[in-house]
Amino acid sequence: MPQTPLTSRRGLLFGAAAVSAGVLVTGCTSNEPSDAEPTADDRPAADDKPGKPVTIGFAGPQADHGWLNAINDNAEKRAKTYSDVTMEVTEGSNDTAQQIGQIETLINKKVDVLVVLPADGKALTQVGLKAMRAGIPVVNLDRIFNSPQAYRCWIGGDNYGMGLNAGHYIGEKLKDTPNARVVELAGLDNLELTKQRTQGFDDALKNYPNIKKVARQAADFTVESGQAKMAQLLQAQSKFDALWNHDDDQGVGALRAIEQAGRDDFLMVGGAGALSAFQAIKADDGVLKATVLYPPSMAASAIDLARALGQGKGVGGLAEFEIPTSLTCYSAVVDKENVDQYMSTGFK
Amino acid sequence: MTQPVSPPRDSTEKAPATGGTPARRAVLFRPDVRTLSLLGVLAALLLIGGITRPDEFLDTRNLQLVLTQASVIGVVTVGMTFVITSGGIDLSVGAIVALASVWATTVATQEFGFAGILFTAVLVGVGCGLVNGVLIAYGGMVPFIATLAMLASARGLALQITDGRTQVVTIDGVLDLGERDAYVLGVPPLVLVFAAVTVIGWLVLNRTTFGRRTVAVGGNAEAARLAGIDVRRQRLYLYLLSGLCCGIAAFLLIVLSGSGQNTNGNLYELDAIAAAIIGGTLLTGGRGTIVGSVLGVLIFTTITNIFALNNLQSDVQQIAKGAIIVAAVLVQRRTASTT
Repeated sequence: MPQTPLTSRRGLLFGAAAVSAGVLVTGCTSNEPSDAEPTADDRPAADDKPGKPVTIGFAGPQADHGWLNAINDNAEKRAKTYSDVTMEVTEGSNDTAQQIGQIETLINKKVDVLVVLPADGKALTQVGLKAMRAGIPVVNLDRIFNSPQAYRCWIGGDNYGMGLNAGHYIGEKLKDTPNARVVELAGLDNLELTKQRTQGFDDALKNYPNIKKVARQAADFTVESGQAKMAQLLQAQSKFDALWNHDDDQGVGALRAIEQAGRDDFLMVGGAGALSAFQAIKADDGVLKATVLYPPSMAASAIDLARALGQGKGVGGLAEFEIPTSLTCYSAVVDKENVDQYMSTGFK
Repeated sequence: MTQPVSPPRDSTEKAPATGGTPARRAVLFRPDVRTLSLLGVLAALLLIGGITRPDEFLDTRNLQLVLTQASVIGVVTVGMTFVITSGGIDLSVGAIVALASVWATTVATQEFGFAGILFTAVLVGVGCGLVNGVLIAYGGMVPFIATLAMLASARGLALQITDGRTQVVTIDGVLDLGERDAYVLGVPPLVLVFAAVTVIGWLVLNRTTFGRRTVAVGGNAEAARLAGIDVRRQRLYLYLLSGLCCGIAAFLLIVLSGSGQNTNGNLYELDAIAAAIIGGTLLTGGRGTIVGSVLGVLIFTTITNIFALNNLQSDVQQIAKGAIIVAAVLVQRRTASTT
C-alpha cells in the first residue's frame, strides 16, 4: 500500500525544483542600491520662516516614467522641508475618472490648497473649477486646464522653448559647417507637446540657412522604441552632423542603437534632463554633448507657490503682493560647462 | 502517356464543384497559396523599398537591422501561434515581456551576471505562463479573461519593481551580444535565436504528436477529448509555451535595448495576434502556420523599415499598417477561394 506511484515522485521533484527556482527569483526584485537624494533640498525656499500651517493636497498621474516619478519626488521632498506644510498625496492615476474622484476627495477633506498635475488637462478642467468654486485655490502643474477659471496659478515647462533652445544650441555648434544635416528623434506624436517641441526646433533652425533637417521619426518615450527608431534613422541617414532627441528616457535606447551601429560622427542633444544623460555629458566620451531641460523641479516650485497661496504671501524677490497667475520654467541647455550645477536635479 | 489523361482532369476542374476532387485539392493547396501570397506581399515591399531608397534599403546592414527588429516580436508570435491554433488567445504576452525584462534587470538580479539575467527572464516568463495555463485549463476561465487579468497584474508588478525608472544593464556579456562584434558570419545572435525558435516551433507544430494534439484541440476540443487527448493538460502546456517564448523575447529585448523598463513590450499582444492572423492562422483555432506567422512579422517589420527610411511620420505609418492588414487578408481570401 505505501507504494508511491512513480509519477507523483517525479511530480514532487519537479514541484520542489520549481518552488526553489521561484524562491531564488523572488529574491531578485530588489533595486536597493539606488539612493543618492535627488533634487530640491539644497535650494533656499522663498521664505523659510515657519508661518501659518497649510495643508496641501497633491494629485498627480501614475509615475510610470522617470520624469513623472521625479515630479512626485520633488513635490514630496519640498513639502517635507517646511515645518508648516502638511501634504495629502493621492495615489497617482492615469485614469481620468479616478483622478477626478481623488481630487473630489481632497476637496471634501477641505485642504487649503490643491496642486494638480492632471493626467489630461482638458478632461480635468471641471474638477478644477469645482475646487476653485469651493474656495480652494488650485496650482495647476504643467498640463494646463482648459479654462483659466479652473486654476489660480499655472506653473509648467516650456515645450516650444525646449525645441527652440535645442535648435539654437545645435545651430551655434554647426553654424560654420556648410550644408549641415540635422536629424530629429521626436517623442510620442499623439501628444501636443511633441508638436510644440518640433515646432520650436524647426523655428530655431530657420535662423541658420546652412542647416537642413533631413529626417524626423517619432518614438514613444520608451527605451525600446528609442532603440528601434534610432536604428532606422541611422540606416536611413548615412551621414548627418547633429541629432536632437526629445527625451532622455528614450535616449537610453537611442544611444544603444548608435553604439550598435558603431557611429560617432555627429553630436547629440537630449531632452528632459535624466541623470544618466548628465553623467554621459560629464564623462564626455560619447556623442551626447548636451541636454535641454524640462525641469521636474517645477513640482517643488509648485509646492512653494501653494504654500505662499495658503499663507497669503507673494513670491520672495518679486515686488508683487500676489503670486503670478502663470509661470513658465526655462528650458536651460545643460552641457559640459554647467552640468555639475544640475547634477542633483537629474532623475532616474 | 500524359496526353490522354489531361483532358479529363481539365474537365473535372471545369465541371461544377460537385465532384470531390477540386475541394480536396483546394484544402491541400490552401497553405501553399497563403504562404505564396505572403511571399508576394513581401516581394512587393522589397521592390518598393528597393525603388524608393536603393542605397539604404538593399544593404546588408539593413537586412541585419530588419531581422534584428523582428526577432523579439517574432519569438513572441511563435508562442502566440500555438495558443491561437489551439483555439485560445494570450493577451498577456506584452505584459509578461515587460515583467520578465524588468525582473531580470534589477540590481539584485544583475549581481548574478549573465546567467542570472537569462535564468530570471525565462523563469518569470514560464511562471506567468503557468499561472495562465492553470487558470484556463484547471480553473475553467476563458482565455481572454484569464490572460487579460495577467496583462493587468504583470504590468502592475513591473511598474512596482521599477518604480517607473529605466533599469540600465551593466553586464558586459549581455550588452556585447547586441554589438556588431558578436555577429556570427554576419548574422546577429538575436536573429539566430529567432531562427532557432522558428525552426523548433515549426517542427513541434508539424512533426510531433504535441503539434497534432494542439491542432486537434483547436479544431474541436470535445472530439479531441473523446479521442483520448488530455485537453486540459494540453492547454496548460500551450500557455507555458507562450510564457516561455515571452521569457526568451524579454531576454532578447534586454540585449537589444541594454535595459529593462516597465513600458517594454507595449501592445505586443496586438502585433503578435495580427502577424499570426495575416500569416494564415485561424483565430477560431484548428489551423496554424509558423511559417505564415514569421512572414507576417517580417512584413510588418519591413513596412516599418521602409517608412522610416523614407522619413514618413507615424500617423501615415499607422494608417498604412491598418490598410495593409486588410489588403493582405482580402488577397489571401481571394487566392484561397479561387484555387
